[in-house]
Amino acid sequence: MSKIIMTVDDSASIRQMVNFTLEQAGYRVVEAKDGKDALSKLNGTSVQMVITDLNMPNMDGIDLIRNLRADPAYRFIPIVMLTTESQADKKQAGKEAGATGWIVKPFKPEQLLAVVKKVLG
Amino acid sequence: MIEAQRAAYKEEAFELLAELETSLLALEETPGDQEIIGRVFRALHTIKGSGAMFGFDAVAGFTHEMETVFDLVREGRLSVTKTLVDLTLAAKDRIRSMLAESGGTMPVDEEECRRIVRAFQELAPKPDEGSIAVRPQAAPSMGCCDKIVTYRIHFRPHRNIFLTGTQPILLLNELRELGDCNVIAHTDAIPPLEELSPDECFLYWDIVLTTREGIDAIRDVFIFVEDDCELKIETVDDGDGADGCSNPNKLLGDILIERGYVSRDDLENALKSRKRIGEVLMDGGLVDAARIEVALVEQHHIREIREKRQRGEQASSLRIPADRLDTLVDLVGELVTVQARLSQTVASLDHPELLLISEEVERLTTDLRDNTMSLRMLPIGTTFSKLKRLVRDLSDELGKEVVLVTDGAETELDKTVIERLNDPLVHLIRNCIDHGIEKPDVRKKTGKPRQGTVRISAAHSGASVLLHISDDGAGLNADAIRARAAEKGLISQGTEIPEKELFSLIFTPGFSTAKEVTSISGRGVGMDVVKRGIEVLRGSIEIGSQRGLGTTITLKLPLTLAIIDGLLVKVGEGFFVAPLSVVRECVELTREDAARANGRQITVVRGEIVPYIRLRERFEIEGDAPEVEQIVITEVPNGSVGIVVDKVMGEHQTVIKNLGKLYRGVEAISGATILGDGTVALIMDIHKLVEEIEAEEKQEHSTNRGERLCLRT
Repeated sequence: MSKIIMTVDDSASIRQMVNFTLEQAGYRVVEAKDGKDALSKLNGTSVQMVITDLNMPNMDGIDLIRNLRADPAYRFIPIVMLTTESQADKKQAGKEAGATGWIVKPFKPEQLLAVVKKVLG
Repeated sequence: MIEAQRAAYKEEAFELLAELETSLLALEETPGDQEIIGRVFRALHTIKGSGAMFGFDAVAGFTHEMETVFDLVREGRLSVTKTLVDLTLAAKDRIRSMLAESGGTMPVDEEECRRIVRAFQELAPKPDEGSIAVRPQAAPSMGCCDKIVTYRIHFRPHRNIFLTGTQPILLLNELRELGDCNVIAHTDAIPPLEELSPDECFLYWDIVLTTREGIDAIRDVFIFVEDDCELKIETVDDGDGADGCSNPNKLLGDILIERGYVSRDDLENALKSRKRIGEVLMDGGLVDAARIEVALVEQHHIREIREKRQRGEQASSLRIPADRLDTLVDLVGELVTVQARLSQTVASLDHPELLLISEEVERLTTDLRDNTMSLRMLPIGTTFSKLKRLVRDLSDELGKEVVLVTDGAETELDKTVIERLNDPLVHLIRNCIDHGIEKPDVRKKTGKPRQGTVRISAAHSGASVLLHISDDGAGLNADAIRARAAEKGLISQGTEIPEKELFSLIFTPGFSTAKEVTSISGRGVGMDVVKRGIEVLRGSIEIGSQRGLGTTITLKLPLTLAIIDGLLVKVGEGFFVAPLSVVRECVELTREDAARANGRQITVVRGEIVPYIRLRERFEIEGDAPEVEQIVITEVPNGSVGIVVDKVMGEHQTVIKNLGKLYRGVEAISGATILGDGTVALIMDIHKLVEEIEAEEKQEHSTNRGERLCLRT
């Protein structure tokens, strides 16, 4: 049974790249275009990991992480955020909200998979 | 896929640029609108982030400057002015043309780009160190140093570590992947059950890790939890023994002091009492048991890696005179014999304990046998290199251009086999070059390269080694062989026999189709010598050829000559061994079955017709066959042949003993072995046995015909 990962990003091209990479590596992917979309799509269903962008309309990544951590179903799952270098403070805020780790954009597919393996096992 | 993604990115970027323009125009009307500022920022952010990921580096670098400025705007440190909006709109057009025209890898109008970048940099109060490009995240450093270093790592995650979705076990597993790793978990911080919160982590770990990856690789493991844990990484052993310890033992006391678990004074006091240091310190309450354990694990770990290092430094091979090895093999042979006797004796006693010991001895003997045999194994490559020289000299002498290609030089064979293989191989190679490979101009006419190729390849196949010797020469002339064979009376005129059998006639003594005898070959001696040489090694030889394309000779050789796995069978009172490598299966033969075949010695095994040989008749053993006999189905070069015996005893580790001179003429028996109770069992050469019978039948056949002819006249 392959693990399910939710990817949240408002950029379709990033989502496409991330999803393609993950699916090639044998994961199943659920995608959402922002925090709100993610929460409505999750709604208690089981995912083993979330990869989310931070800057998004409607609900940003930090809020999404906070919401997820408040839900017992997602309290302990790994959540990885996509950040850029200019967002050191964002990274900190994300960590405080309960993110497990981060990937600095831009990244290569193998870097993404290394991080997924690191937090998901 | 990458192209599709690039296209997707471009499309998306164009949309974002359009949105950016709308937002900018709206921003001009309401300069303070945080939401619009946020939209602008996100658009720039995405263009930059994805741009770098899909290889649009120039776009990413350019947009980075804009993003920096709007980050400040978003934080309220910079206000939206007409200049900023104008500049951003101009920049937006730049990005658009960069994407459209050059694929975004090169700035289109560098001068214009630089001007805009400078303008943006001026707007930002602290220019971002003038750097334009976004630095991609450095790939984790891999194998940067060859030095093997031992680290001690203390990892104590904060209690709330689980709340960030971190699983410490994954981190520990990651460490284990880096090298030799010993992990000690501490449980002393776990509170009583009623106070225990399952959401919190009370465990902490001490890890001793030996790795060649370097300290950065270790830090990378903990990169996400750096701020959520207590992490100490120290070097214990830097791998070159420079810490003055060629002695693999490190004193426990030293480790305790290095780790700061005890003070030197305490240690010295403890040492005075002359008891085991760990116990003293523990009894005195100076250090707790868990810490002593950590230190002990580290001591043990260091001892192991240092010993490993020393072993590595010592010579890795040993030269031993061959005769010592031969003696060892003989001794192992004796041991195998004695062991068989032991097993047999024990089997007749009712003594479970002794049986246990005997089985243990049997296992050990088998291991010892295999190990000893492997000592005698040599790569066949040494023989190959001798042949290279031969090919060179021969081709010069004959005015031919020949290259020798070898494959599988690392294939190992028993030393004796390799030694005795040399002569047959030389013969075969000579034949290839003299008869097989054509002269350069002849080859050119037939469309082959001037240079001929002789190829030797060796490969393992079960308990045998297969050697293929092939050339890309003229191939065997089947018609010439047929004519010559008829001339010599080996086959009757006009008989059709399969090519394979026809070709095998060239192994007959004195058989040569060569019109002239050269100094190298053609006298008709050679191939039969080769065949005999291979058969002495209990191997077999096969030949295949295609006219005009070349010839391939395949040698099948046993891995070893001294001890083989055999199948022990009984006929009357006599024991025989068939090499297990040729045995396929055993089936029963009842009198009824035998009767049904109308006197022909044939049985049907799963639809295949298999002829069989009655060993009792063949070896003229007295007595009557039992009601149900056994057929051992064996594989010989031309198919399957059954050997009918009274009883199949089972597998037997067979130490091969040579028979005396008196028995040299008995071809079907290749040797003897001694059984557990001292009885001698004869080792059959199934292949030879079948050949003998075939030859006799053929002769009978022709004599019969002769008689008939006589009758007619």
